[in-house]
Amino acid sequence: MQIRIIVNGRPVEREIEADMRLLDLLRDGLHLTGTKEGCGEGECGACTVLLDGQAVNSCLILAAQVDGKEILTVEGISKGNTLHPIQQAFVEEGAVQCGFCTPGFIVSTYALLKSNPAPSDQEITSALTGNLCRCTGYVKIVDAVHHAAKLMHQKEGRSRRAL
Amino acid sequence: MNEAETKHSNTKSQDLSLNSGMIGAAVPRPDAIDKVRGEARFVDDLVFSGMLHAAVIWSEFPHAKIRNIDLTAIMDDPRVVCTLTSEEVPGDNIVHVIYDDQPALAAGIVRYIGEPIALVAAEDRASARAAATRALIDYEEIPAVFDPEEALRPDAPLVAVPAAVEKGPNLFNSMRIRKGDIEQGFAAADVVVEGEYRFGYQEHAYLETQGAIAVPEEHGAMAIYGTMQCPFYVRSAVAQVLGLPLSKVRVVQTATGGAFGGKEDVPSLVSALAALLAWKTRRPVKLVYDREEDILTTSKRHPAVIRYRSGAKRDGRLTAIEVDFIYNAGAYQTLSSAVLWRALMSAAGPYRIPHVKVDGRMAATNTVPNGAFRGFGSPQMNFAHESQMDLLSDRLQIDRLEIRLRNALQIGDETATCQRLEESVGLTETLEQAGQTVDWENRLRKIEAFNADSHSRRRGLGISTVTYGVGLGGKAPFLDKAGAYMKLEADGSITIAVGTVEMGQGLTTALTQIAAEALSLSPERIHLAPVDSSRVPDSGPTVASRGTLMSGLAIIAAAEKLQERVSSAARDLDIPKEEIPSRLPEIARVFFMRNIDPAVEGWASGEPVDWDPESGLGNVYFVYSYATHIAQVEVDLVTGEVNVEEFVAVHDSGKIVNRRLAAGQVEGGIAQGLGYALMEEIPRQGGRLLTTGLTTYRIPTICDIPLRSEVSFVEAICSKGPFGAKGLGEVPLMAAHVAVSRAVVHALGRPITTYPFSPERVKKAVTMQKNSE
Repeated sequence: MQIRIIVNGRPVEREIEADMRLLDLLRDGLHLTGTKEGCGEGECGACTVLLDGQAVNSCLILAAQVDGKEILTVEGISKGNTLHPIQQAFVEEGAVQCGFCTPGFIVSTYALLKSNPAPSDQEITSALTGNLCRCTGYVKIVDAVHHAAKLMHQKEGRSRRAL
Repeated sequence: MNEAETKHSNTKSQDLSLNSGMIGAAVPRPDAIDKVRGEARFVDDLVFSGMLHAAVIWSEFPHAKIRNIDLTAIMDDPRVVCTLTSEEVPGDNIVHVIYDDQPALAAGIVRYIGEPIALVAAEDRASARAAATRALIDYEEIPAVFDPEEALRPDAPLVAVPAAVEKGPNLFNSMRIRKGDIEQGFAAADVVVEGEYRFGYQEHAYLETQGAIAVPEEHGAMAIYGTMQCPFYVRSAVAQVLGLPLSKVRVVQTATGGAFGGKEDVPSLVSALAALLAWKTRRPVKLVYDREEDILTTSKRHPAVIRYRSGAKRDGRLTAIEVDFIYNAGAYQTLSSAVLWRALMSAAGPYRIPHVKVDGRMAATNTVPNGAFRGFGSPQMNFAHESQMDLLSDRLQIDRLEIRLRNALQIGDETATCQRLEESVGLTETLEQAGQTVDWENRLRKIEAFNADSHSRRRGLGISTVTYGVGLGGKAPFLDKAGAYMKLEADGSITIAVGTVEMGQGLTTALTQIAAEALSLSPERIHLAPVDSSRVPDSGPTVASRGTLMSGLAIIAAAEKLQERVSSAARDLDIPKEEIPSRLPEIARVFFMRNIDPAVEGWASGEPVDWDPESGLGNVYFVYSYATHIAQVEVDLVTGEVNVEEFVAVHDSGKIVNRRLAAGQVEGGIAQGLGYALMEEIPRQGGRLLTTGLTTYRIPTICDIPLRSEVSFVEAICSKGPFGAKGLGEVPLMAAHVAVSRAVVHALGRPITTYPFSPERVKKAVTMQKNSE
């Protein structure tokens, strides 16, 4: 079947098998390999992408289901060579170790901070409970989300002033 | 603390003449940028032209003869390219780790569920996996044994290949320590306490599953790209199954999504399987395990039973320990003999004990082979020796922190293997600092007050202290080596290649800092190339918390040689010494124009160690790390659930190269230890593991960990390590899980001796206590 979607702001048209997972469309079909497969059963969150702004596990969604919708992957988070403040915060706080879970955390954090620009510890842990990390012990991930919230706030302040 | 660290590192971002202050600085990870952008290339992200996909046909029985393998139905699909069985293996059908007992593909007999029997290669992954399900294997089941204690009985079915058994049927190895006179030791004791401790599996649950791509290269050579800890193990394994010389196998480590020991020996098998298909088809072949395959067929932490007797004087001083333990190896040796040895070396804990008798046995069973997992046989022993200390504390009415301080090893003391500790023993400082950080005595009083007022919840404080011998030690000193290749490029940048790998722990950053310090350069000038076995000599495995230590020493050795050449060129140019770092591009240009050799090699070999198998004594490791952890938990007496509220971790790993990364290692170890202590479990029914995914194998989420944790370091400098550093990676888990489980015991006032302390088990202990009251 034919689907038309928007991926990271760009329109995409593809002929797909009816049973193809969104994860496979992204990784194999569009070469967006930043989205990872960790478990294939919606438990680890390494395959998290935004579907019309909502964080979802792309291993549990068929490509056919997203026809006409908009997808954002980790590759679409930053513009050009400049890191997005969330990415910058993860680097600066030491929230990255092996990095396999990182894209999923970045995307989940993006969804969180969009709806809640200054989350509490508790709001952060509840938003990220669907993302597993085996390396960091999560402490620096929580720090990074707080730090990202601050960086985004500053940036927003700056751009408002510029207007 | 982070802000202060960041400022510190910022002031060092320009070249300084000497002692650039790199060691200890919170330099950001160079690999983090690619990782946050999703651009780091893990093995499944790589594609080669003409690449095929592999699937494995796994044994469905724990012990069976293979009467017939019928793969004809597999070839029905035109997208399937070929199949492969043991008969076609061109070299030896052996995946050598320590012994030669494990075949790459089962030949005539299978010994565990999940043993590879045959392979399929197809144009795409789905076709390969679908085809594998069409295999018809005709099995003849034979008697099997799954429990390690049953396996050692004389009438047990024989599991092990005779070549792998050193000491009798199903007894892979037995090892011992005999120090002093055990009878005299117990006769001198005023009290004796005994315990029996039982442990199940722990699964690594690295987020990236196992995988490798084999790529045929020119002149009959084979390249392997894969997720791994030990490129040189993989190289040997692939060379052996293909019958190639080592020089014709090149192994490239791809970005590795966590390992924790699980990618020590297993990638040798994964890579060998991919290589067999690549050899047969002459095309690149990718083999990536799905999560179920990874959990069911790859190594885990050894299930174990430990029986422990300790004697002490009235003042708490230990006089003797007697330890007897059995670990479940699974069906093949893999790394089990080495795990057994480290368990033996860990049995006494970090304590001064004059009389020691330890006997360890490794039993073969018809279960998946177990292997390396962070701590490597020690964590089980850490729970046992710390439980014993708490029993003594109870019996003697000596505070738990105090009794540990009275027995803690110090410089000049002898370990359980009669090794005299000559330097770098920060154990007592870790105990004192941890105690001060939690305000130990006041904290205990507060907890007592809380518990007196509470009916449904109870708090507890657990303490654990551990030691870890860094490096491979007296059992395999020939592995403790490392090479580094260093090149001054014509633009003044530095390329370095090493043979130990980044797997998330931060090795690339630590080694960049060591190189920056040794060369008095800014880290931005230095690039560590991806690990490729053809660039450096065999540098041993990336295990045993040895990466920073050994590759760090090799880099320092290389840097000294390069500095010499650079200094001499600088003299010719009349460049003063202090200006060398800033004028290095100029000097590099002269190297280039005057054909001066810009490349050097560094080599590090471990300090001498020894071990006598008869007595079990010797100078077994050349340096030890230490740690003390304290955890506060709250137990819900109604549900049996445990909440870890607070954590204090103090480590002596010598000089810390990067504080932020080191703290990250500790925090990660705390989470993994919390999982081991409280939730991680794989039920087994006969030879079948019942947990097949991350839905049923629960690891800690962000909601399970204490956000209030204090990590600090006491730095007992080690003269033999790079700039005084020792090893860290494994120690946090070893200390953390025990602090958590002992805190639960403290809260309940009742022992639990079987892991994990799941809500069911905690609830049962609560109920039994109520009944006995």
